[in-house]
Amino acid sequence: MPQPDVVDDESVAAVEAGLDALDTPTERRRRFTWRRAAAVVAPPVLAIVLLIAVWQALWAAAFWPEYQLPAPAAVWQVITDNVQTGVAFDVLWNSVHRAVLGFAAGVLIGTPLGLIVAKVRIVRAAIGPLLSGLQSLPSVAWVPAAVLWFGVTPSTVYFVVLMGSVPSIANGLVAGIDQIPPILPRVGTVLGASRLGSARHILLPAALPGYLAGLKQGWAFSWRSLMAAEIIAVSPQLGKGLGAFLEEGRNLSDMPTVIAAIFLILLVGIGIELLVFRPLERSVLRARGLSGAF
Amino acid sequence: MTATLETSAMTTAVRLTGVHKSFGAGRGAVSALEGVDLSVAPGEFVCLLGASGCGKTTLLNLVAGLDRPTAGDIALSTSRPAVMFQEAALMPWLTASRNVELALRFAGVRRTQRRERAGELLELVRLGGLGDKRPHELSGGMRQRVALARALASAVQGSQDGSPALLLMDEPFSALDAITRDVLQGELLRVWRSTNTAVLFVTHDVREAVRLGQRVVLLSSRPGRVVREWQVGDLEPSAEAAAIEEINTSLREVISSHAAA
Repeated sequence: MPQPDVVDDESVAAVEAGLDALDTPTERRRRFTWRRAAAVVAPPVLAIVLLIAVWQALWAAAFWPEYQLPAPAAVWQVITDNVQTGVAFDVLWNSVHRAVLGFAAGVLIGTPLGLIVAKVRIVRAAIGPLLSGLQSLPSVAWVPAAVLWFGVTPSTVYFVVLMGSVPSIANGLVAGIDQIPPILPRVGTVLGASRLGSARHILLPAALPGYLAGLKQGWAFSWRSLMAAEIIAVSPQLGKGLGAFLEEGRNLSDMPTVIAAIFLILLVGIGIELLVFRPLERSVLRARGLSGAF
Repeated sequence: MTATLETSAMTTAVRLTGVHKSFGAGRGAVSALEGVDLSVAPGEFVCLLGASGCGKTTLLNLVAGLDRPTAGDIALSTSRPAVMFQEAALMPWLTASRNVELALRFAGVRRTQRRERAGELLELVRLGGLGDKRPHELSGGMRQRVALARALASAVQGSQDGSPALLLMDEPFSALDAITRDVLQGELLRVWRSTNTAVLFVTHDVREAVRLGQRVVLLSSRPGRVVREWQVGDLEPSAEAAAIEEINTSLREVISSHAAA
């Protein structure tokens, strides 16, 4: 029987250093170049230009009457007018700050709820299916009930936003926790982690990617729930948000305003995704070596 | 019935007396371990050898406190044995150094001390200077060394009251390539000599068991029982070859006995 190949301490160290150098995964760090930036920006810009061109062509061909399909320029006019008078900012602020507040409350409620549903078997059996069901219930269905309970007040708006966001956030966390490799909590146990310590240092960070996906969806649901609530529940007490702005356009049969409102609603959605969630998701996945998606 | 902690002066790092473990209940119950008696002296390196399904991992889980024996007694001299698994099982969001620190954090060690201790342990497994790397930036062998440093962090912590610490290893090198495995076996021996930790090492590789252990314990399969033991510490090369041959023969006998059943 041959002796082990590596015997004395010094040669072990040398061989080991060599192995480390050979085996370490090499990571390609991609540097910023204008060409790569252009490759990212060009396709969506091109798509938008194409869309507007088709729109312009349809309008020029006069397929539909002007009050159904206004010119792109008319919509642009409405937007610039509202920006100049400052109405656009008021309307945006009104809606966005409500959505952010509602979403923050949704996070505060949805996170512990998700943790309990994921870790306490009887709670999961009891309300797990309900929570999944609520996720598919359009939260606009809550508006009539909320109006009867709270009147046309901010409470109604926040209630609807919460019903939209909480199930998504909680379900995201549950999915994130379910996908944790079972070995990690076991490691926590053998390292002597308490239940709380394990939740804080192992379960929550391990579930972060799933939780983040839930947050993202929770925000999307918050935003559309808010728009639904604002369109249906209009009152001076609520101030004018984007939804009310849209509804006002409809009442006046002012198609350029309607399209401008839709455009602004979309803009907020895309803006939050690109400025908040995309970078957050990216840094979380990168840190774990899961950067394949980007 | 239970795993107890004896605070009186003990001459063993761990002692198992008549340990039974069965899974399930009634007719469908499967007996994984049946009357296992085993003890590991402080600072001793014991290899637990057996084919798959012999309950090696079950036994280790019982000692680690991840599971409870159905019957029998497990007496540990340390409050918490350190455990190393087949996979490194590092937290992928933490750097190597933070992974080691995690063990110390759960033990309530303060931050500056944690840093210092983690640095020392990474130095011990020859990963000094790589503390800022994340698991996905390290090779399989390096990850397993971080896991060793983490295990040592919890083991040494467990022995602060002066009682001998115990390191449990569940086939920690079986997922590595042959060269890396060979190097890490050497590293483990070096670390073991410099830390005085008792080691209970589970493996299905006879050569590995003989190379590493002072004593090799052969377990039978379904149910697991201790079949035989060999003293293999400080053997001459020729004696070592003979021991490997002999243990291999016994292992084959144990395995072939299942074909008839």
